[in-house]
Amino acid sequence: MLMGYSLGDIGSIMAMQGFAGLSLFSVFLLMALGLAIIFGQMGVINMAHGEFMILGAYVTYMTSQVFTTYLPSLFAIYFFVAVVLAFCVAGALGMLVEWALIRHLYRRPLDTLLATWGLSLILQQVYRSVFGAREVGVDQPEWMMGAASMTDTIQIPINGLIVMALTAVISVFVFLLIYWMGWGKRVRAVMSNRAMAGAVGIDTEFVDRVTFGIGCGIAGVAGSAFTMIGSTSPTAGQLYIVDTFLVVVFGGAQSLLGTIASAFTISQARSTMEFFLSGSMAQVIVLLTVVGILMLRPQGLFVLKVRR
Amino acid sequence: MSDNEINTAAVSATRRRVLQGMAALPAAAAMLPARGNAAGPATATVNTTGLAVTDDTVTVGILHSISGTMAISETGSVEAEKLAISQINEAGGVLGRQIKVIQEDGASDWPTFAEKAKKLLVSDKCAAVFGCWTSASRKAVLPVFEQYNGMLYYPTFYEGLEQSKNVIYTGQEATQQILAGLDWVNRTKGSKTFYLLGSDYIWPRTSNKIARKHIENHLTGCKVVGEDYFPLGHTQFNSVINKMKLVKPDVIYAIIVGGSNVAFYKQLKAAGVDLNKQTLLTISVTEDEILGIGGENIAGAFACMKYFQSLDNPNNKVFVPAFKKMWGEKSVIGDVTQAAYLGPYLWKLTVEKAGSFDIDKIAAASPGIEFKGAPEGYVRIHENHHLWSKTRVGKARTDGQYDVIYETGDLVEPNPFPKGYQ
Repeated sequence: MLMGYSLGDIGSIMAMQGFAGLSLFSVFLLMALGLAIIFGQMGVINMAHGEFMILGAYVTYMTSQVFTTYLPSLFAIYFFVAVVLAFCVAGALGMLVEWALIRHLYRRPLDTLLATWGLSLILQQVYRSVFGAREVGVDQPEWMMGAASMTDTIQIPINGLIVMALTAVISVFVFLLIYWMGWGKRVRAVMSNRAMAGAVGIDTEFVDRVTFGIGCGIAGVAGSAFTMIGSTSPTAGQLYIVDTFLVVVFGGAQSLLGTIASAFTISQARSTMEFFLSGSMAQVIVLLTVVGILMLRPQGLFVLKVRR
Repeated sequence: MSDNEINTAAVSATRRRVLQGMAALPAAAAMLPARGNAAGPATATVNTTGLAVTDDTVTVGILHSISGTMAISETGSVEAEKLAISQINEAGGVLGRQIKVIQEDGASDWPTFAEKAKKLLVSDKCAAVFGCWTSASRKAVLPVFEQYNGMLYYPTFYEGLEQSKNVIYTGQEATQQILAGLDWVNRTKGSKTFYLLGSDYIWPRTSNKIARKHIENHLTGCKVVGEDYFPLGHTQFNSVINKMKLVKPDVIYAIIVGGSNVAFYKQLKAAGVDLNKQTLLTISVTEDEILGIGGENIAGAFACMKYFQSLDNPNNKVFVPAFKKMWGEKSVIGDVTQAAYLGPYLWKLTVEKAGSFDIDKIAAASPGIEFKGAPEGYVRIHENHHLWSKTRVGKARTDGQYDVIYETGDLVEPNPFPKGYQ
């Protein structure tokens, strides 16, 4: 397919395609980070993850409406306010859900699958009742749209750059949280032995609630970022949920490093193959490969070393 | 009264009561419509098959998804059908009978559509059903309508290759929508190379197949330089956008649907593709979809269909304000919404021509029915139960509306089984 094009053309396309791969990588990673905390660290299979993302998207939508109406002069920076709000709102709902639903199910991890799936249906219907069944258009300030021209033939999407920056910030935050601060130790202690963690003075209920809240909050941030590249509708969360679980499971559920490696592998494979094959075919091959690798390595790419 | 004569005869009291009852029946039937808005013919003559028709009401069904992923698209159709029915009722109903609506939710789930269709036909005895949106839902209910002999008015533009006594297709079939648009872009822009894109299911694939045949066999010197499909709900289009940047087609021909639409146009804009310079022709983006995409992301693209909200004709000038009055100032009207609005009116006209609600008589009377009050202008039902209609090309504006820049001179004949295109 590269026959008959000038070297310059091919060079530009390779550069842009490389960026497309990186941008897909950051999208995948942003989707998966929240779930990596909830599923990987807490063992809760959160089927409503996509709906928490869409909550973030709707918060962004409402923030943009408020800014257009009351603060039009600050519209150019409303997005950053929206991201913070999305984190808070989704996080707060996450803590509420943990308190009302999830905490009763820690001993029955598979039941969380059903419970959170039910929750996702409820949330979808709530969005539909509040915002209507149609998609809403989220306005973006002019500077966030369009492309930055590197040369005459190389254009880099600005929203891709913003998603990348956001992903980097959130990744660093999550790493510090889990591996550097005492918080992460407590989370892992609670997960590996709830009774013992309680006995040494860890407030296990508090740890659970806040961890779940942080995971949901990060999902909200992801949803907020995706208003730049995707649709905002009551069921749009379903578009992301499969990819999200794919990334987390493939990477090895308990390893954050695994999540990053798996997001990178899957995004590069897909974006390269989409370029050379058709879109549907690329998806099929990527899924088949992942299934094959998981058959050989059921724990995923990276495994946490623990004594059994 | 005639029972005076019977009275004089030696008739038992029991028999007299029976006869009195029988004599009263036609009298009551004749009186009831007088209390209604207009005089209509007796129920026994207009309804010989046991449909839900009384002396002053007739029951119809609306069957769309108001929950689930398709609710995004189908909401507009429900609104248009309810508007048409309320207008018909205000004007006196059908054959002197007010229309009663039973609405069922298909819930974006095809077996549910079939189940609800059966309920509407078997338990509710609906005289007509307005509904379905995706081809999958139509295919699911088709056997039900054929088995229980119902009448479905289906509003969506679709891939063709279907014709049924029990369905009236008020949207365009694929050749009506596709050929005129390709001819137009070839003639006015001199476009020679086409890149076909689509979501991966029957409608985009069949439509692109027709488009490819037309480009390769009927447009001189034109060729397809790429064809790509993406799963429904795909959200990442950067790779294919790069591919198109390399191939540089004269026309991007896009049939992407649903949430993917939003992602595609946003990413196209973000990648620096200016739709005022790069010609893009779509048959899947109505004003409804632009609400989600955002006008600034798609401005400059061309859409080819039979109706745009901005259409300038007397019917549309009445229709648009009426729709907004009923459903809110912010509501927009896309091609399918308008086609859904045609359904109740076409059914009313057909019932009046047939002088009956019977399904067989309606199916037989449908060909040739003209609706001069259609917002799109004028439509007529073809022998094959599709509509003769004009095809138009619109250019997207930043405010989410289209400027109509071309329309076919004559009505385009519906041809659901096009020869040489399969």
